[in-house]
Amino acid sequence: MGNIVQINGPIVTVRLQGVHNGEQVRVGRLGLVGEVISLDGNQAQVQVYESTESLSPGESAQALGHPLSVELGPGLLGQIFDGVQRPLKAIRLQSGDQIARGLELPALDREQVWQFEPASALDIGTHVGGGTIIGTVQETETVVHRILVPPAQSGELLEHAPAGDYTVDQVIARIRNSIGHVHKLKLFHRWPVRRPRPYRARDHAAVPLMTGQRILDTFFPLLKGGTGAVPGPFGAGKTIVQQQIARWANADIVLYVGCGERGNELVEVLESFPKLTDPHSGRSLMERTLLVANTSNMPVVAREASIYVGVTIAEYYRDQGYDVVMVADSTSRWAEALREVAGRLGQMPVEEGYPAYLASRLSAFYERAGSVQTLAGNRGSVSLIGAVSPPGGDFSEPVTSHTKEMVRTFWALTKELADARHYPAVGWNDSFSGYVETAAKWWAEHVDPAWAQRRAEALALLAEADELARIVNLVGPEALSPAQRWVLEGAGLLKEAVLQQSALDKVDSYASPRKQFILLDLALKIYHEGKDILELEVPVDHIAQLPLLAKMRRIKSVYSSDQTEELRKLDQEIHETFDRIRIEYAGVKEQTA
Amino acid sequence: MKEKEYRMATAARGALLFMQGIPGVPLGDRVVVRDHRGRKRNGQVILTSDETVLVQVFEGTDDLDLERTWVRFLEEPFTLPLSPDMLGRVFNGVGQPKDGRPPIISALKRNVNGAPVNPSARSYPREFIQTGISTIDGLNSLVRGQKLPIFSGSGLPHNRLAAQIVRQAKLLGEAANFVVVFAAMGVSHTDARFFEEDFESSGVLGNVVMFINLADDPPMERLILPRTALTAAEYLAFDLDRHVLAVVTDMTHYAEALREVATAKGDVPARKGYPGYLYSDLAEIYERAGRIHDRHGSITMVPVLSMPSDDITHPIPDLTGYITEGQIVLSRELHNQGAYPPVTVPPSLSRLMKDGIGKDDTREDHPRVASQLYASYARALEARNLASIIGAEELSERDRLYLAFADAFEKRFVTQGEQEDRSIVETLDLAWELLSLLPPETLGRVTEADLKKYHNWEVVSAERANWYGRTSEDSADEEHPADPQAAGRVS
Ligand SMILES: Nc1ncnc2c1ncn2[C@@H]1O[C@H](COP(=O)(O)OP(=O)(O)OP(=O)(O)O)[C@@H](O)[C@H]1O
Ligand SMILES: [Mg+2]
Repeated sequence: MGNIVQINGPIVTVRLQGVHNGEQVRVGRLGLVGEVISLDGNQAQVQVYESTESLSPGESAQALGHPLSVELGPGLLGQIFDGVQRPLKAIRLQSGDQIARGLELPALDREQVWQFEPASALDIGTHVGGGTIIGTVQETETVVHRILVPPAQSGELLEHAPAGDYTVDQVIARIRNSIGHVHKLKLFHRWPVRRPRPYRARDHAAVPLMTGQRILDTFFPLLKGGTGAVPGPFGAGKTIVQQQIARWANADIVLYVGCGERGNELVEVLESFPKLTDPHSGRSLMERTLLVANTSNMPVVAREASIYVGVTIAEYYRDQGYDVVMVADSTSRWAEALREVAGRLGQMPVEEGYPAYLASRLSAFYERAGSVQTLAGNRGSVSLIGAVSPPGGDFSEPVTSHTKEMVRTFWALTKELADARHYPAVGWNDSFSGYVETAAKWWAEHVDPAWAQRRAEALALLAEADELARIVNLVGPEALSPAQRWVLEGAGLLKEAVLQQSALDKVDSYASPRKQFILLDLALKIYHEGKDILELEVPVDHIAQLPLLAKMRRIKSVYSSDQTEELRKLDQEIHETFDRIRIEYAGVKEQTA
Repeated sequence: MKEKEYRMATAARGALLFMQGIPGVPLGDRVVVRDHRGRKRNGQVILTSDETVLVQVFEGTDDLDLERTWVRFLEEPFTLPLSPDMLGRVFNGVGQPKDGRPPIISALKRNVNGAPVNPSARSYPREFIQTGISTIDGLNSLVRGQKLPIFSGSGLPHNRLAAQIVRQAKLLGEAANFVVVFAAMGVSHTDARFFEEDFESSGVLGNVVMFINLADDPPMERLILPRTALTAAEYLAFDLDRHVLAVVTDMTHYAEALREVATAKGDVPARKGYPGYLYSDLAEIYERAGRIHDRHGSITMVPVLSMPSDDITHPIPDLTGYITEGQIVLSRELHNQGAYPPVTVPPSLSRLMKDGIGKDDTREDHPRVASQLYASYARALEARNLASIIGAEELSERDRLYLAFADAFEKRFVTQGEQEDRSIVETLDLAWELLSLLPPETLGRVTEADLKKYHNWEVVSAERANWYGRTSEDSADEEHPADPQAAGRVS
């Protein structure tokens, strides 16, 4: 037992013998919990996860003997936890609309009963290592929860519970380790959040993470096990991009971490996901989703922790052999929490008030993504996607610039596109993906061999149009040849018919890989056909005003992903339209000749 | 301790008073400071340790004589007594009457800092509020429980706009209307009087609670004023089931007070001298808006802030925009052209609009019309920009149409009277009138059904008519549903 010496916002200095860095400490009458972040003689500085208001010097402090850990077991899915994994729905039942302080509630429901099915291949007496699957529980209709031997444990299986109903607290196996200690295994175990969970080996990510968003999948793809960032000024669409990924990604498990953002955005997920169906499983999206919520008005230290709580849960499902996606909105708020604590500790700021370890913390976080071979020998992956909120939209600020160096996919949102309500406002100039080649193999095999070429063609057209637009802004449109003006029209068509995709449009919110490819292919076809007939001296305006083009712009919201034949029918119309013009103009030419 | 007065102030700096040798003072406690003339000031403990206690004094430490300063710790946080009698009253930042009438007496008192709302207790805001202002209702709709700030600049008519919103805001088909919590920080006497008179003349005064800190009142009181005001708002909304419209002006004065204290404390600055925690601090205020499950009332918040040097990337508007659910941006350029309200549409946004508009709430075409107006106006501004470089005569025929559209949009849609209360249907019809200045093939955000129903494009040159005559007939007999929802059902 020790006592409190000083309280400075969320940082509490305690006099406490023998505590370790990182150890949990409980302070004061209210029993607020925090963790030691620095030691100085017999004093320790503790960052407290809850508001320290009304705490006073002299109150007690008690070391808890373990670092910040999460409970991992069935019952996580469909839940909403705060930044230190307290169950918010249960908290509401206990403390009402506002979150009271000092509440201690276990993350996993102790009453709920799960039907455990032991792994039949495991005989008593066999040696089980960390990560071995000792049985399963049907966690939701779609997700089978695999019960693992905790990674740090192994030994001879002494007892294995028969199939039946168990709560997470009941023992379902006993093992004796190499020095003869017997451990009880339950349906859940704990893991410290700041320590990455082990795996057997990393393998190469090779499969694209499909999000159903054209500008992402087709233009700047991400792989399962990859890292991505969504930077952009306020209102540019970071949250919508992440929500769209959470909705439509072809992942087994989705973690949505609301880190220092709005309460209503989490409510939106909570209210809408149960009603939406996963296009891959046909089941309610909530069955594969869980939320970690530390909104902007919740205590800042727990915000710092929320990212680690999220990624540890993500790794846990990965270790069961699943593809997991975690979206974190926003990593900038996490970095700011770090900055605030550093500032209170009087640490030397290096850039814009951020401590020197900002970059290393960021990279350690993104390192936890990856496609791996699990301890049990299965494949699993964690994809990490972080929103970045640069002050003033300035991408040269520390969090954006460090993030940019670490992630392989960068979806840069621009204010210009957002202001014109071009959504998703992902700019094609500043965005990049380091996974294009790998993705191309998948597209070639599963969708169309021409994917890489179409993609490159489209990007080239967009770049050329941007260049021409600059010229127009200097000298006016008269300086452009008809072919150049058609480039502008073609790029415009591409933007409207392919790149723009409204998250609010029921039909177009999700586009399958095939639909994505067909739309791209059709738009480019129109562009090429148009370019072709310019030779016949058809005025650009006439082509640009063809109803065919208006139809192309709208067709994405007319036919859904399972109506691709209907989409393909536009091919025919394209040919007919341009052939007709060819005939007509060939005639005109002859007459005038 | 409550009764005891200490005389151990060792230093005073700006709004901070340093005390030594007082053990066990709780963080956040309320403090009364008595100076040598017997005048009382309000303070709050912002750092506490075995040795030092730091008190933030809302009235500042000017002309305190440390030898003759007495400090009493009240052993309680800042609280506000709450009662229905608050309606119609005027208070200062710490909740003391400013209207010469007696203080509110009530057994119900709440900590003004509140506690964070449990996200799982929130209910998503989705009820359309008609403000009668086209740029808001049509393009950036406000819904009940939203926080939607006005980003303004010095000398722009943000107060008039805020007052117009207060006067006109209503729910379609509902009689009972808003009660208003008006929180003013650092406003001039003239502005304060303007609001008071406006509330009075529109007959809402009895439904308004005012918390006022004038430009010449103690600036540090601004740090607590919005918290006090929102505590009242929460009480009205969630205890008394009222729908509250909270107008909070001017958040820039709030943030400046925060910077002043942060600097005095020696906090590490992040940008432009503002502390790194400005974001979290603002969020504690803004996030108090909203709706809560099983509660009938709501808090809709319209904060007003002036952007220093009209710079939207300045930390105050920037961080605000990162927290609120959109923003209405006023422009000096439009204002100078005589437009009222000078709302500049492209950077304005309402994030909660999508769930409050459309078929069951306003009109079926609303979402698409809004999106189309945005897209067409963005395109029209490009044309205008081009015209400024090469001259309007050099523009293509299409661009000239856009130019005319931009002008009409600003003069007829954006501009309206200060007493003009347009219904949402009027706003949408006006939108179509303007879109009818543009040819249908440029309107890719609306459906063909919308075009048939609302679009009125008649200016068709003979040549174009000729060209269309052929192709559109050919495609007319093909089946392609233009209504996306209809298409969805087919699948
Ligand atoms: N793909 C999309 N389809 C339709 N609307 C969109 C899309 N993306 C963004 N929007 C619109 O833009 C608004 C702002 O988007 P969002 O909330 O995602 O911004 P943000 O970048 O997360 O902002 P902040 O940093 O302030 O949180 C949304 O409310 C929505 O109206
Ligand atoms: Mg966001």
